[in-house]
Amino acid sequence: MSARRFAVGIDLGTTHCALSYVDLEQSEGEEVVQGLMDIPQLTGPGAVEERPMLPSFLYLPHPEELKPGDLRLPWESDPGRIVGELARSLGANTPIRLVSSAKSWLCHPDVDRRAPILPAGVPEEVPQVSPLEASTQYLRHLRDAWNGLHPFADLADQEVTVTVPASFDPAARELTADAARALGIENLVLLEEPQAALYNWVNDSRGTWRKQVRVGDIILVVDVGGGTTDLSLIAVTEREGALELTRVAVGEHILLGGDNMDLALAHVVKGKLGQIGVELDRWQIQALTHGCRHAKERILSEPDLDVVPVVVPSRGAKLVGGSVRTELTRDEVTRTLIDGFFPQVPASARPAGRARTALTKLGLPFAQDPAVTRHLAAFLGRQAMATETLEGFVPQGEGRTFLHPTAVLFNGGVFKAEVLRDRVMQIIEQWLAAEGGDSARLLGAPDLDLAVARGAAYYGYVRRVGGVRIRGGTAQSYYVGIESSMPAVPGLEPPLQALCLAPFGMEEGSEPEIAPQEFGLVVGEPVRFRFFGSSVRREDRVGTLIEEWTPEELEELEELQAELPTGAHYQAGDIVPVRLQAAVTEVGTLELTAIPRKGTKRWKIEFNVRGSGDE
Amino acid sequence: MSDSKPSFFDRFTGAVASLRRLIGRGTPAAEAGVEAEAPRPKGKRPPRRAAAQPTSPPAATEPQSALQLLSLLQQNGRLIDFLQEDITAYSDQEVGAAARLVHQGCRQTLEEYLSIRPVREEPEGVQVTLGPGFDASMVRLTGHVVGEAPFTGILIHRGWRATQVRLPQVAAGHDLKILTAAEVEL
Repeated sequence: MSARRFAVGIDLGTTHCALSYVDLEQSEGEEVVQGLMDIPQLTGPGAVEERPMLPSFLYLPHPEELKPGDLRLPWESDPGRIVGELARSLGANTPIRLVSSAKSWLCHPDVDRRAPILPAGVPEEVPQVSPLEASTQYLRHLRDAWNGLHPFADLADQEVTVTVPASFDPAARELTADAARALGIENLVLLEEPQAALYNWVNDSRGTWRKQVRVGDIILVVDVGGGTTDLSLIAVTEREGALELTRVAVGEHILLGGDNMDLALAHVVKGKLGQIGVELDRWQIQALTHGCRHAKERILSEPDLDVVPVVVPSRGAKLVGGSVRTELTRDEVTRTLIDGFFPQVPASARPAGRARTALTKLGLPFAQDPAVTRHLAAFLGRQAMATETLEGFVPQGEGRTFLHPTAVLFNGGVFKAEVLRDRVMQIIEQWLAAEGGDSARLLGAPDLDLAVARGAAYYGYVRRVGGVRIRGGTAQSYYVGIESSMPAVPGLEPPLQALCLAPFGMEEGSEPEIAPQEFGLVVGEPVRFRFFGSSVRREDRVGTLIEEWTPEELEELEELQAELPTGAHYQAGDIVPVRLQAAVTEVGTLELTAIPRKGTKRWKIEFNVRGSGDE
Repeated sequence: MSDSKPSFFDRFTGAVASLRRLIGRGTPAAEAGVEAEAPRPKGKRPPRRAAAQPTSPPAATEPQSALQLLSLLQQNGRLIDFLQEDITAYSDQEVGAAARLVHQGCRQTLEEYLSIRPVREEPEGVQVTLGPGFDASMVRLTGHVVGEAPFTGILIHRGWRATQVRLPQVAAGHDLKILTAAEVEL
């Protein structure tokens, strides 16, 4: 039995994982003793190196491909599963054996997330894993690395905080918690990534944050990572004379990140080479993307630089004879990144939509509109009323078409480029000015890659010893669909009503309420419910029945599934009237329970993560 | 394997010579202040005058870390490809383009696996004075070498010193002589 000595924060990112920890015994108040774990991982066959981040890639090698001895880690590991840097580099040449973006698949509503489906669409003999298994594999690597470095403080016994995108739906959160539980991590809490970034900012300020914000402030967190864009609004409120932070809104899940930007640049350069008759193969495009990333970073950080040469190396040993030389210009970077991903748009702009039916089974629902600024405008527009019910907030009122943030915190590797931070600030500034609002302040954030892991570890610490907490509860209100009974009319779907089970902002450990409506469950048969979430309906209470809504208001989530087993009390075919209750667990997941009218039995209602496809 | 051996060692020696030039004109990399085991390329010994124990005979170094570093320079900077290619027929522009790639990759590798600092922090061309008991392995005297310390002269080259070496751990049984594996696409 080892002691609980550390608060550990794990950023289980789409493209990278990181782990930070706070020593609980040595920290006191705002003097936090914090470290970042360098993660041993294979960087080449037979080479193990420690890196601050673990690329979230899993490679499933062919049995003949590599010598098992060259895949040994400092701990016992499966040579059939390579995680981290080596996985990424092997996968660049052999994509059919590479699992990437497992996290995005974890919240893909149209696939079975417990089924072996990754890598997607590969030849039959290639092994596949489920999105859940891939995420578990990254966590397992982190756990084994941790346990190797801390032989007397097993990770399973520490206070572990795993971060999830604020936009993760209840089922994806549940799956993330399952991955951690599969590794024996019991003291687990989930934390939204933009909140973790803000916790890190609070920790970095060493107490001065209270002077940097005031009651009535609305902090916009813009987090653009390698693969996803995550938006949150956090209000500065007051309770019993002390400042408090309340997360009032989160954005949709947007699959758009830094990797898209590097790829876009590579395609610009590829097109340029195509015009002079140079064709590149997949390997070369990969190398070109790498070269473009370097060139982009230089152009964005050196204002006097107008052209940076990019060389695409030959794949064979003839380097001088076989390489292709080209260049990336400032104009191309500006056009592609600034105008493509951060275009100047009015606050009324909205991203080009993607019809839900257009989702394909085999691919991820990548954002169709690459403009981060349009997604941002849509988010602020949708949340115009988000602070309406908070005390001490300027009523947003007439003439305001979007929620006016008063401060901005950036997070994610993309915003290491000052130009891009400036660009977003300047666009927000224009939106605010157009409606006569005051300009927003920039909250300084160091460490844009590691802030989430660091903030998560700090959160584990403040949970333990007290300190500022971001309140907020659920970022959505949740509903089950009820088909009203009416005579069948051909060609007309029976009208659907939505019954609120969990109000917006329901907090962990709060006393759960039971919706009064009863449902008949057939014993021994799985019963399914349609399930909905809303990020804007803040007034609905448990039991509220809504009959009409716009697609903007309610978003359909994965189905719920309940099955009453036959047993001492019930026989197959019996219809048992039950009521439904929602609660937020200590871990931070949503738990739905069916409660029969009589008796003390309770049944857990599962999220149907088996995909909503035809069966 | 056996018939490729001589050519392997020929290539190896050539590459080490270039590597030495790259790191800093023959300045010994492995000197006092190196924290980890430094790669000490074969055939390179500290100047005799610096030997503290005159009785211990010169010893050959283990080639392992040299092979490892070469392999990293090839992987990240294509160094061996570059040095092994006959470049006489190519234009300066073509060589230059490849050199950029090699420079970028090798430089990044050096930054990642070694910490390299100048031996002398003064700019080259200034006058420096070496007191009595200066470390002759760190500063080499040339030209009109007469008299006694303190010596005063012009700093011609600042020297380089590896202050830290952090090469990856190697799995037992991994063949480091394969600097880069051949690649066959199916």
